[in-house]
Amino acid sequence: MPKLTLDELKALRDKAKESIKTRDGKGRAKIIVHMGTCGIASGARNIMNSLLKELEERNITDVIVTTSGCAGLCSHEPMMTVEIPGKPPVKYIDLTEDKVKKIMVEHILGGNIVVDYALAFGSETVY
Amino acid sequence: MKRYRTHLLLCTGTACVSNNAFNIKKSLEIEIKKHNLENEVLIVPTGCNGFCERGPILVVQPDGIFYQQLKESDIPYLVEEHFLKGRPVKKLMYTPSKGEEVIPKMMDIEFFKHQILIALRNRGRIDPEEIEEYIANDGYQSMGKALFEMTPEEIINEVKISGLRGRGGAGFPTGRKWELCRASKGDVKYIICNADEGDPGAYMDRSILEADPHSVIEGMVIGAKAIGAHKGFVYVRDEYPLALKRISIAVEKAKDYGLLGEDILGSGFDFDLKIVRGGGAFVCGEETALMQSIEGKVGRPTPRPPYPAQKGLWGKPTNINNVETWANIPVIIARGGDWFSRIGTETSKGTKVFSLVGKVNNTGLVEVPMGITLREIIYNIGGGIPNGKKFKAVQTGGPSGGCIPEELIDLPVDYEQLTKAGAIMGSGGLIVMDEDTCMVDVAKYFVSFLEDESCGKCVPCRSGIRRMREILTRITQGKGKEGDIELLEELAETIKKASLCGLGQTAPNPVLSTIRYFRDEYEAHIKKKRCPALVCKDLIIYRIIPEKCTGCRRCVQVCPTGAITGPKAQPHNLDASKCIKCGACYEVCRFDAIAGDAIYME
Repeated sequence: MPKLTLDELKALRDKAKESIKTRDGKGRAKIIVHMGTCGIASGARNIMNSLLKELEERNITDVIVTTSGCAGLCSHEPMMTVEIPGKPPVKYIDLTEDKVKKIMVEHILGGNIVVDYALAFGSETVY
Repeated sequence: MKRYRTHLLLCTGTACVSNNAFNIKKSLEIEIKKHNLENEVLIVPTGCNGFCERGPILVVQPDGIFYQQLKESDIPYLVEEHFLKGRPVKKLMYTPSKGEEVIPKMMDIEFFKHQILIALRNRGRIDPEEIEEYIANDGYQSMGKALFEMTPEEIINEVKISGLRGRGGAGFPTGRKWELCRASKGDVKYIICNADEGDPGAYMDRSILEADPHSVIEGMVIGAKAIGAHKGFVYVRDEYPLALKRISIAVEKAKDYGLLGEDILGSGFDFDLKIVRGGGAFVCGEETALMQSIEGKVGRPTPRPPYPAQKGLWGKPTNINNVETWANIPVIIARGGDWFSRIGTETSKGTKVFSLVGKVNNTGLVEVPMGITLREIIYNIGGGIPNGKKFKAVQTGGPSGGCIPEELIDLPVDYEQLTKAGAIMGSGGLIVMDEDTCMVDVAKYFVSFLEDESCGKCVPCRSGIRRMREILTRITQGKGKEGDIELLEELAETIKKASLCGLGQTAPNPVLSTIRYFRDEYEAHIKKKRCPALVCKDLIIYRIIPEKCTGCRRCVQVCPTGAITGPKAQPHNLDASKCIKCGACYEVCRFDAIAGDAIYME
């Protein structure tokens, strides 16, 4: 009996591939959690954790999660920006873990913006 | 499956390790824990990233941010700013030169932009000690294809179509080599991976073993099936501790997973791989000497024929390929020989890994398509010559290679073109030299290296190289005689023709190529007793220019022999009889009083 068959090797590859996908730098969506001091103080870390948990539970590997600094609207933290290639980025404000769940289902998986939680489309112009 | 939002690819190749990469890893771990990020941020120690000049290197994915020249003290700030708060740290990013804009992303950096990675495909992307990371990047799939879907003839044919030639130096077509060994009579055959890399300044093979050892193992299993061998050896020099460690771990893991050993993947094919440590003799990179060494004898070459393919290790047919050659094989099987043969020139296909070192801004390991010009390598990837100096020559192929001068800098790099220019491809060392290099001195350096490394078995190599070194030493001391150049040429031809193995046969190359392109420099040493590059100490004299000297006494303080004296605020005196020409005074003088005209030749 061989220790590993060709089919098992292929299965192992497919499984392992998922765990290093982050290194490709490609994804169908990018979620930016704003982690300035204001963000962290109002619970951005919990938002980040629940995002990662959601992705893990749903076995989604092609969504990039990253952080950035304060977005300037400190009174509405925690905030996150969802970027889907080819569409304007959407900023969500006053987030909670439940809101994150809804955004995950409706926006990231479903493609429909959760208008109730959204602040605006687009980002500021950067010079 | 555990998901991390950020992967930190920390280079832990030998160059970065010697620059403190392991301590940086420790402080990254501590800081990440401090901010409770250990479930979000993953540290991946990788093999050599290639840009050794800028080590220690950290690449952050998925953002593609490239951090360089990291110090332990940078880590707390970096972790808090970037990995917690999401603000990439500009001051740790790459700037081509002072005053220019920083380039945050790795793939926007000139050094990386022009490279095509085949042999180094996984460098800096995976943890070489984790077999599953190699498997994740389609590792061992080509082996599966070769074992289940291809006959030995089909494998050999695919390698022949690819046009792959030996990357160890001589450039013998790999498919043909395999075919010869397969056709040899005998039940027991061996294959060997030659990882006895010894050229000064070259570290391609070390780097592949450190960054992606499984690619070599996979290539060897494919080769073993093609040739009909069931036992293989990796011959690694013991001076490569990290490479040795990583290939050893890789072989063990491959055995654990059933990717080496009996009945691999249930195909019925057996292949066992053993690692042999070499003692570090340069000559053991020569295939017959290498086999003697594996057999436990003194590593000395034997005459060819018989070639290893007929009578090699323990008298059995044996196939030897270099590390880089083996690492190319899985890609050729996966993507087809046709695909591979579309890269490169008429006679040289695929890519070549070079270690770009010497007087060049971006030293490091580069993989480029065959046919690229030396200018593109040195200027586009290498970023040109430091300190605004002028390019003078580039030495290819290490001590067995030759110097290529500035007028040939647009030479396309392939086996034939380099040979025509009097150099060789060799294993891929590129030593760049600037105007401050004396070509006679360079020839002397390489010849001395070979004099030390000659095994002494045959007279032309043992005595011939020594005589060449003596003549070259004499020339650099100003004792050169009329007729020395001709004598060197005559000696060189004899050593080339009469030596037993590749070491002696190629040893005169540095002398011949420097005479060919820099004859005037030899003549200046012999006839005028001058060293135009001001390198040969016996031919230069230092003095102090009294009009420029302010009497600051800086040179007096650094002079190790007390040759410089003089009261403060008055031009100093330099006693030539005590001067050892160390150049310390020249380095510290702020007024150019010991520069330019002050360094002269009689």
